[in-house]
Amino acid sequence: MNNIDKIPVVVYTVSSEIRTPVRLLLSMWRDLKSSRELAWRLFVRDISARYRQSILGIFWAFLTPIITGLVFIILQSKKVINLGETDIPYPLYVLIGTTLWQVFKESLDAPMKATLKAKSMLTKINFPREALIVSAFYDVLFNLLIKSIVLVGIFIFFKVQITWGVLFVPLAILMLILLGMTIGLLLTPISMLYTDIASGLAVITQLLFFLTPVVYPPPQSFPYSLIVTWNPVSPILIGARDLATKGVLTNIEPFFIVSFLTVIALFIAWTIYHLALPIIIERMSA
Amino acid sequence: MSENLITVENISKKFCRRLRRSLWYGVKDLGSELIGRNNSHKDLRKEEYWAVDNVAFELRRGECMGLVGKNGAGKSTLLKMLNGLIKPDKGRIEMRGRVGALIELGTGFNPILTGRENIYVNGSVLGFRKSEIDKKLDEIIAFAEIDKFIDTPVQYYSSGMKVRLGFAVASQMEPDIFLLDEVLAVGDSGFRIKCYNEMFRIMKNSAVIFVSHSMPQIGKVCNKGLLMHQGKTMNISENVGLIINDYYSLFESGKFTEEGNGKAKISNLIFKQKNLLEKQFPLNFKSSEVIKINLDESVFIEMDVHVDVDSDVNAYLILFSFEDIDQKIVAQSTKGPFTEKKGHYNFNFDFSFFNTGKYAVSITVHNYIDGERRETLCGLRSVIKYSILKNKFTGVAPIELP
Repeated sequence: MNNIDKIPVVVYTVSSEIRTPVRLLLSMWRDLKSSRELAWRLFVRDISARYRQSILGIFWAFLTPIITGLVFIILQSKKVINLGETDIPYPLYVLIGTTLWQVFKESLDAPMKATLKAKSMLTKINFPREALIVSAFYDVLFNLLIKSIVLVGIFIFFKVQITWGVLFVPLAILMLILLGMTIGLLLTPISMLYTDIASGLAVITQLLFFLTPVVYPPPQSFPYSLIVTWNPVSPILIGARDLATKGVLTNIEPFFIVSFLTVIALFIAWTIYHLALPIIIERMSA
Repeated sequence: MSENLITVENISKKFCRRLRRSLWYGVKDLGSELIGRNNSHKDLRKEEYWAVDNVAFELRRGECMGLVGKNGAGKSTLLKMLNGLIKPDKGRIEMRGRVGALIELGTGFNPILTGRENIYVNGSVLGFRKSEIDKKLDEIIAFAEIDKFIDTPVQYYSSGMKVRLGFAVASQMEPDIFLLDEVLAVGDSGFRIKCYNEMFRIMKNSAVIFVSHSMPQIGKVCNKGLLMHQGKTMNISENVGLIINDYYSLFESGKFTEEGNGKAKISNLIFKQKNLLEKQFPLNFKSSEVIKINLDESVFIEMDVHVDVDSDVNAYLILFSFEDIDQKIVAQSTKGPFTEKKGHYNFNFDFSFFNTGKYAVSITVHNYIDGERRETLCGLRSVIKYSILKNKFTGVAPIELP
């Protein structure tokens, strides 16, 4: 009977885990660790299912940013709109911008979509729910990989000078993904209760697209410069684009402040998600 | 004595009847969870009710508890709390060991992927590693008996095939605690037998909680029973027969009805257990009284019937039908043909063949012409209701022990 001690014991009570922070952290860590394999499995499942029922396949992953980019390239070249001077060729500027924006948008939507899609699983099986988020992260990375093929094509076409700074681009893009996923993750619990969150987010994302220097250069004059200083997406997106095209980070300070805050917020969002799901599942399970 | 695997201490769970309010409570609960306040759980708020109310029990390794009750009694809610899907509002649950739960089979199946691919997905959702699934893949496919279709997308599977696959994956878990919601109802009887045999195997080393509406299965598999009614524990006992009997008592048997073309009349009916009870039923009998029969040894029941028939009926048959609570005829006995216009008959029935449960007797008189049973002359449906309590419930589930 000495194997009793080895048996994992789980206790469920009414009191919130936040009152026992050490236990909470341990359980979060344990769930994250045990979700690695499951996350990979779910990711493979989603990917293979997606492309099995699609003839154009990976083509869809980069269609949106290319089309958005082309629209602005045409509008700008025909002088329909004047978005100001960019220090690199405008088509290059826009195509990188829209691709990065697409990465951000996918990251933003990913946690919500993944959790909502797993609704029937959540109400019937006890599994580390972190797996859904990790799997969504893999999915964003996979799409990024496809997009980067196109980006490389654009780089070759515009004969962009490759510098050592390019090596930091993945890090900047990772920051962009984490920023998106953090905001998405923070909204996920409440969005499981009210569909308004998802609808509202779609509108706000649309608005945010124009409030971020994606298709136009960062404005310098007040009050438009607020777009750059107060929009957390701007420094990361600008940083990633600068690193890719010029090899230098022009906005070091804001970039690192936002990155630092993102990492902290991500941890908070994860904690909330971890605590919230059992309560949310109860309301969905009917 | 083997060790306690499940300890449930007075747990309760409340639900809300209205969706909009329920969602709002969800937001509030979320808030108090995040700031670590507990006081929103104690009392019922508007439109709330206790779905599980003060339930407590313990379960050891090797024990199998049948969890029974009407629809909406709180069985699934209880299982979900045990499985950690939702938190209790009061009380404490301690689960020792690896928990396997089949709340619903086939969750995690992706319709587009093949059966083989889904085994891997489903397996890892249940907590398997890839290497573990690799080892068990052949066993799983063999158990599910779908080897021909294993590389077919699951969306082309029949629902029975999906259940086969789901159970096959889950049954390989070797859990310490096995929670089984009513999932085996689908699937043909051959596969069900296989599943029950598999459950017997699992049971030896684990604590099992088994939800079912099929009392014969409960009686066969379980060595403990918990009857829930409106969230509360109505009865908990190691005498499973008692639990089953109480469960049946929650339901009304079929209503008494009269039928026939009126060419015959049953004028008097007596139901008696030798030296013990004697009940007389006048013709307008409408009572819903249930006669209780304790069946410790063989019991013979005597039924006296008076029948009057019209002059144009030359011969007739008297048919006794014994129906269980699901209105399934479990036994039938045809007496006759008789020719007396005013007949007084006395029949004996051996009731020791009945299992624990609730039954009703229907008596019909049929015209008998040219050696064949013809139209109903007179019929009393569910005229006598009785419940049998055997101290030892005998399962009639079609199970072969390995």
